[in-house]
Amino acid sequence: MAGMLLSEAEKTFILRGAESNFRVDGRKRLDYRPMELETDVVSHASGSARLRLANTDVLVGVKTEIDTPFPGRPNEGKLEFFVDCSANATPAFEGRGGEELGTEISNSLSRAYQSSYAFDLSTLCILPGQQCWKLYIDILILECGGNLFDAVSLAVKAALHNTRVPLVTAAAMDGAQVELHLSDDPFESKRLDVSGVPCLVTLCKIGDHCLVDPTAEEEVCSTASIVLAVSENAFITSVFKAGVGSFLPQTLHETFKEGQEIGIELNEALKAALEREEKEREDNEKSPAIQRYGFLK
Amino acid sequence: MPPTIRLASERVELRKVQDDNPPKIYTPGEVVHQGTDYLRGHGTYLDEDCVKSSVAGICQKINKWLIVRPIKKRYNGEVGDVVVGRISDLQMKRWRVDTNARLDSILLLSSVNLPTGELRRRSAEDEATMRKYLQEGDLICAEVQQVFNDHSLSLYTRSLKYGKLGQGTLVKVFPSLVKRQKTHFHDFPWGTSAILGNNGYIFIYPTSQRSGKEGDGYKEDAEETITLEERENIARVRNCIVALAHYKQMLYDTSIAVAFEESKKYEITQLLTPEVMAKIASVAQQSLLQHSRNH
Repeated sequence: MAGMLLSEAEKTFILRGAESNFRVDGRKRLDYRPMELETDVVSHASGSARLRLANTDVLVGVKTEIDTPFPGRPNEGKLEFFVDCSANATPAFEGRGGEELGTEISNSLSRAYQSSYAFDLSTLCILPGQQCWKLYIDILILECGGNLFDAVSLAVKAALHNTRVPLVTAAAMDGAQVELHLSDDPFESKRLDVSGVPCLVTLCKIGDHCLVDPTAEEEVCSTASIVLAVSENAFITSVFKAGVGSFLPQTLHETFKEGQEIGIELNEALKAALEREEKEREDNEKSPAIQRYGFLK
Repeated sequence: MPPTIRLASERVELRKVQDDNPPKIYTPGEVVHQGTDYLRGHGTYLDEDCVKSSVAGICQKINKWLIVRPIKKRYNGEVGDVVVGRISDLQMKRWRVDTNARLDSILLLSSVNLPTGELRRRSAEDEATMRKYLQEGDLICAEVQQVFNDHSLSLYTRSLKYGKLGQGTLVKVFPSLVKRQKTHFHDFPWGTSAILGNNGYIFIYPTSQRSGKEGDGYKEDAEETITLEERENIARVRNCIVALAHYKQMLYDTSIAVAFEESKKYEITQLLTPEVMAKIASVAQQSLLQHSRNH
């Protein structure tokens, strides 16, 4: 996080920790902090998820809207990412302060989702060239405790998994005008296929070593980080570097490999958590009140 | 260790302690008292003939005065408190210090010990070289000297106990979780020291570092190496404090020592998982309850 101050001695402590593969909280270089996930937390969104990773807190809502497809891509729907950095997270986000970070995150996500391996946009098509679904993916950053990219991407994937797109029952053509009839039953909806959707893995370079899931303090100490978008089947759909520092080409290959392995594990962990939640909700289906935890704790 | 994602439904709560008379916690907007026969104090407001809480906390009645003390709040300084703070800015003859209070605290150039330890008037030259002693981002430990009308604090470090902090790690907790004690400097037998600032900033560092410290407290010790064992102990203490604070247990030397002993059953990375955190917090809670009942 920009704007956070650390003393030289603290930086040395973190740097030495990264060198000796023993970080400030006892983690190894390639260890993640435990995360907590809940989907379907926003009742008026088509899909939503909330992810908490130590002090990082992200809320994602997905909304569906009917739109006309791009002329060059008549068979595809649209995705739009928007990141709102709440001033609750840090006072630096007040006013337009969080805009830059927000655009960086939304750009990185749209780049990661651009590949046809990542997300099949044609599933969002209703009438080729005429009508398609547009998904508005709104990301709200409530707290910053480091490693925003990974947390946001996991929450987005969980929210997309949770998204229900209404079913179109009939379409009436009246010249160029199209009239769609949506199913009235809210339970009649289709799910999105998120098996190919990538998660972002940030590898943060501190000294000569790369570590994953940096805390806010560790982010201050790092000069550069590589962000990989890794999908469940080990595809890397996008790569970019954040920060001003540089990587050596020799170590870069090794870094990619590490990131890819962790990305696969991350996707698996998310998938397992989502399946567990779904099963739990199915079991609770009969009981009248479905429990939601949300922000109360 | 592969990444773990748990569900909100799998959240671990601390087992409730048997308490015959648990305090009522008011939430914002909740009616604290019907009628206007009480005066509204801090944390309350008047709405349609009843006093309502504006914060989440516990109600206190002092004569005709109603106050709600919030559970989570910023630090309200008192003279004599030991605080840990971070230099945020340099100004004329003073440093601005972030101490988790509503306003930045100040540390006057005249209220620090000069590096050589000599006592004299501060000259313009000292003022020009202030950044040599303390610069932005540096952590200091200080005592509150004065509270101003606007509740901002004036600090001083004119004692060997206080001064700039070296290698170590800072943990931030709610100020209300730090128990007020005679001393806030603790050297634990396993070679780790901690400064429990009244403002909720806790600094953990190896004890060996201080013994090598010279009188002024401003020596740059970035070159000193910390052994892996010291580092492990620091990480363990850090995780214990985080666990205790997460489950809202009071922090002082005994509670930390109890938690540390309990934590030895686990790997340090395990201490980050909610199950182990809850276990440690509840063991600390139980043993301290026992302790207080015996006395």
